[in-house]
Amino acid sequence: MMLDSLIELLVAFFLLVGSIFAVIGSLGLARLPDFYMRLHAPTKATTLGVGGMIIGSVLYFSTRGDGLSLHELLITLFLFITAPVSAHMLAKAALHQRLSVREKTGGTELLDKRGAKR
Amino acid sequence: MLAVVIPLALGLMSVALLLNVWRVVRGPDLPDRILALDTLYVNSIALLVLFGVYFDTPIYFEAALLIAMMGFVGTVAIAKYLLRGDIIE
Repeated sequence: MMLDSLIELLVAFFLLVGSIFAVIGSLGLARLPDFYMRLHAPTKATTLGVGGMIIGSVLYFSTRGDGLSLHELLITLFLFITAPVSAHMLAKAALHQRLSVREKTGGTELLDKRGAKR
Repeated sequence: MLAVVIPLALGLMSVALLLNVWRVVRGPDLPDRILALDTLYVNSIALLVLFGVYFDTPIYFEAALLIAMMGFVGTVAIAKYLLRGDIIE
């Protein structure tokens, strides 16, 4: 049927977008030079990656015939609440440990005040 | 369409998990390893949701939700330990 193939196309699109975002986030985690840059990549991109997966899953299970299936959105909601909190805690821990910073890393006023090594 | 895309997405997620494991093993400092473990659990949630679509079952949703909650608690506990030297003061 026409509608089924359209839904399948949408589900495939969202699953692909989610996995590509997850790979980009992990690539940033593996390749960026210092910790504060590495903190930037996964905390944004993996949240978007899980978001894409969840949208694909919601579309897939909502069109199985068992009615609307929105409980997957709970995971997205929970990750959207917790990801900034854990990123903030990790940044504070890194400031506390005085991790070394690249010359080009911006916004280092807080680091200098705490006596981080450059 | 899905029969092609889901194995492709599984392969991409495996690459992402391998990159995270590489950062866990290599990471020069402790916060790097915690951040890599944090990314590892988020990516495994995405992998479980993908498994749910692949096997056409809603069972994996509960596992994904549990990992989401427990992983956050673990990350905050280790970061707090690094900050304070103690988890519950």
